Amino acid sequence: MKAIQLTVNGGAYKVFCPEDITLLTLLREHLHLTGTKEGCAAGECGACTVIYNGKPINACMVLAMEADGAVIETIEGEAKDGVLSPLQQAFIDCHALQCGFCTPGMIMSARALLDENPTPTRDEIVHAMEGNLCRCTGYEPIIRAIEQIAGGAQ
Amino acid sequence: MSHIGKSVIRHDGVQKVTGRAEYLADIKLNGMLYAKMLASPHAHARILRINTEKAKALPGVRAVLTGKDDNAMVGIYMVDRSALAQDKVRHWGEAVAAVAADTEAIAEEAVRLIEVEYEVLPIIFDAQEAIQPGAPQVHEQAESYDYIKGVFHPEPGRNIANRTKVRRGDVDEAFARADVVIEHTYEQPQVFHVPLEPHGTIVQWGAEDYVKIYSSTQSPFAVRDLFAHSFNLPRNKVEVIAPYVGGGFGGKSGIHLEPLVGMLSKRCGGRPVKLIPTREEECATLPSRQGMVSKVKTGAMRDGTIIAEEVEYLWVGGAYADYGVNISRAGAMTACGPYHIENVKADSVTVYTNHVFGTAYRGFGHPEVFFGIERQRDLLAKELGMDPVELRLKNLLMPGKETITGELITENTGRVDQCLKVVAEKLKVSEDYTAAERAEMEKTGKYRGKAAAVLQKSPAMPTWSASSAIIHMNEDGTVHITVGGVDFGQGTYTVLQQIASERLHIPIEKISMAPGVNTDMSPYDWQTVASRMTVLCGNALCDACDDLEAQLLEMGGVVLRAGKHELGLADEHVYVKQNPHQRVSYAQICMGYTYENGNAVGGPMIGRGKCIAQGLTNIDPETGQGKTALDWTYGAHAVEVEVDVRTGDVEVLHMASCMDVGRVMNEAMLNGQVVGGVLQGLGTTLSEAVYYDAEGNLLTRNLTDYKIPTFKDLPGNLDVSYIETPQLDGPYGARGVGEHPLISITAVIANAVANATGTEIYELPLSADKVRAALRQTK
Repeated sequence: MKAIQLTVNGGAYKVFCPEDITLLTLLREHLHLTGTKEGCAAGECGACTVIYNGKPINACMVLAMEADGAVIETIEGEAKDGVLSPLQQAFIDCHALQCGFCTPGMIMSARALLDENPTPTRDEIVHAMEGNLCRCTGYEPIIRAIEQIAGGAQ
Repeated sequence: MSHIGKSVIRHDGVQKVTGRAEYLADIKLNGMLYAKMLASPHAHARILRINTEKAKALPGVRAVLTGKDDNAMVGIYMVDRSALAQDKVRHWGEAVAAVAADTEAIAEEAVRLIEVEYEVLPIIFDAQEAIQPGAPQVHEQAESYDYIKGVFHPEPGRNIANRTKVRRGDVDEAFARADVVIEHTYEQPQVFHVPLEPHGTIVQWGAEDYVKIYSSTQSPFAVRDLFAHSFNLPRNKVEVIAPYVGGGFGGKSGIHLEPLVGMLSKRCGGRPVKLIPTREEECATLPSRQGMVSKVKTGAMRDGTIIAEEVEYLWVGGAYADYGVNISRAGAMTACGPYHIENVKADSVTVYTNHVFGTAYRGFGHPEVFFGIERQRDLLAKELGMDPVELRLKNLLMPGKETITGELITENTGRVDQCLKVVAEKLKVSEDYTAAERAEMEKTGKYRGKAAAVLQKSPAMPTWSASSAIIHMNEDGTVHITVGGVDFGQGTYTVLQQIASERLHIPIEKISMAPGVNTDMSPYDWQTVASRMTVLCGNALCDACDDLEAQLLEMGGVVLRAGKHELGLADEHVYVKQNPHQRVSYAQICMGYTYENGNAVGGPMIGRGKCIAQGLTNIDPETGQGKTALDWTYGAHAVEVEVDVRTGDVEVLHMASCMDVGRVMNEAMLNGQVVGGVLQGLGTTLSEAVYYDAEGNLLTRNLTDYKIPTFKDLPGNLDVSYIETPQLDGPYGARGVGEHPLISITAVIANAVANATGTEIYELPLSADKVRAALRQTK
């Protein structure tokens, strides 16, 4: 067990945790932030995407110990004061989700993209999102949701 | 109609976009233990010895189970699988032992400490060899298994878990007089479901055998039924809770890990035990879609009339029957597609092999059948020198004709011909490329080709498949709907809200549904499968709304002093038709009406409704004749592809899909089913396949080796449209469509590749290496 400190969704945390756990386990099991999902535990599906020091990463591929001092945003930080972000609302309005299991990761990848490039082209969206798998929607509505924000709803 | 057909946004969107939707993995119970499985490293082997001493001695381990301990036999149609392998393993990845421990890490370590000694046996991997007399058997005791007699027809000693036959007319006589007879064999590998959320379950086997099961399942009532059956428990002592479910595609129907985890919990004194398989276990230990070898022989006259078809479908069922036996049955019912053919002989056979076992998968056998059938139609057209669209139109099922199982098609069954015409016209499938376009293809080495294909599916389910619904009013006149079917993303609950809103004249935001199902609180539903929810559960809800409406009118009549026939419902009020301002709100009467002096009458209003499949029959075991289809949903796809002949890459340039859905209930959600289903079908066509090595060891164990479509794999353009031929017994005329978009995608792409290159490919997937190899071979 070792102590680490990190910032998650603007809140400071000091956590004692085993040294061999991933950031995903830290978030889900120790901080009880279960919005971030585990789909493969191997960095293949993107369901556990969080924003780590400004970049989207698979939380299953980072050790908790590496996250000491990191600034992390998860899906739980996306809505502010109980109000959905425009991106979240766009996902609902564009029918960009079905089972919803990939959705938190999708939104975090899209958030990271839009933070860096507020007006991505369709190709840029596809490129940025290709690490996030969805088996339900066929992706098209997700692209539309992000395009809607890129088009000015933000 | 103010709500039906509208693109109402989904009821659970807010929960899902905020990460608040609680899936199985997110549930933690007090005292919960964690389970891990030990998987077989062999495809076929006798278990000689298992030593669990070291695992049991590890601190934190609460139970270690092997097949020698308490065990349970499971199987939805054929009870042929034990929760843990007994005596021998029959596929790579089969669970051999399991551990429950205080933490996942301890459980993992304990599993590593279990020693198993195997005697490796020869594998049975080829379905055609497996059914030969004298072949080694996957199940030596097959004749002792319990199964649904009269519905399934196993052939012990032949590795055959089920054979379903269709016999109509005289194929031998018809082939003899046919102008043209063609015969081809088509092969399809197994594919994985790949829901983003793996399976998962928590079971708490409490005192006095009260069992509480949380499960990521499409079929909470089937889990209850089959679990209770396996352990000989009364149904009211088993409670099954399905929370939010992260996709299923058929793989989460029936029963899976629940019996194993139940036994672990019982061993641990009733502490709750949680098991979530790893992605590798999701591939290897949980079932896949069956593989298939289909032989199709077709006889036709020179004018294109198909007069005979003989098919043999060998389903590579893998180690256990699971849904496989019912899939082969469904495959027989749809054996020749939506065509009128007088002389038919079909044998559809689920074969036991040492593959990972097969189960239900979106389309339930139809995508596999249609690869062969719709390839065969294009090959026949080529043989006859006919336009393939014209050949199809000449033979399609039309009102007044009978299906191969003797079911009469009526004006309201749906119009497959119109679906085909729509997509063929949209992509100008029958028009040739110009000389200039051809020259360009020659120059670039990228050859374009077009094709169209049709599809059909009816629900494959027991004749008694039923749904029910409860709708109750709250004090303020808002309502709550409870059903036993699961919304695992397909949007059924939103459509149900639309139905209730329409029926009861209540704004949709005043109609709520809790996520998930609890068998102790939800009314019965057979299973969330077979594209049956909108129709059967929708009809049950219509019935419940009618019941509630009758109560509103009765109570409204008391208050308004009017007869029922003088009353109507509008704007959340009961009103007097001839005097509409004379009205009483739902809120005033739904918990009973209180007079000024305090007297009260009536009481809380609860509507109940039910629906059971009407008029379905068992089939004749020798001829397959009977009525098994509740409804037929027809459709068609057209596609234009571009094949790079140097690399073998197939790019999908344009697609058009058209379905006769009876009635569009929610257009955006329907589009979601079609676009998602088409892309899943493109995965099956172009990249997805389960691979094994020569010893039967599974090679595709993760999402790197097993490729599902990504954002980069969308077709260039997908045009979706609908035809609405009302289904007379569907709610507002609707029929099922959830599975259908995936059907015939493989065939239409392969046909277009043939049209582009002249090369006929009979095996899936059409991955670049295989297409390139096929092109080389024909050059």
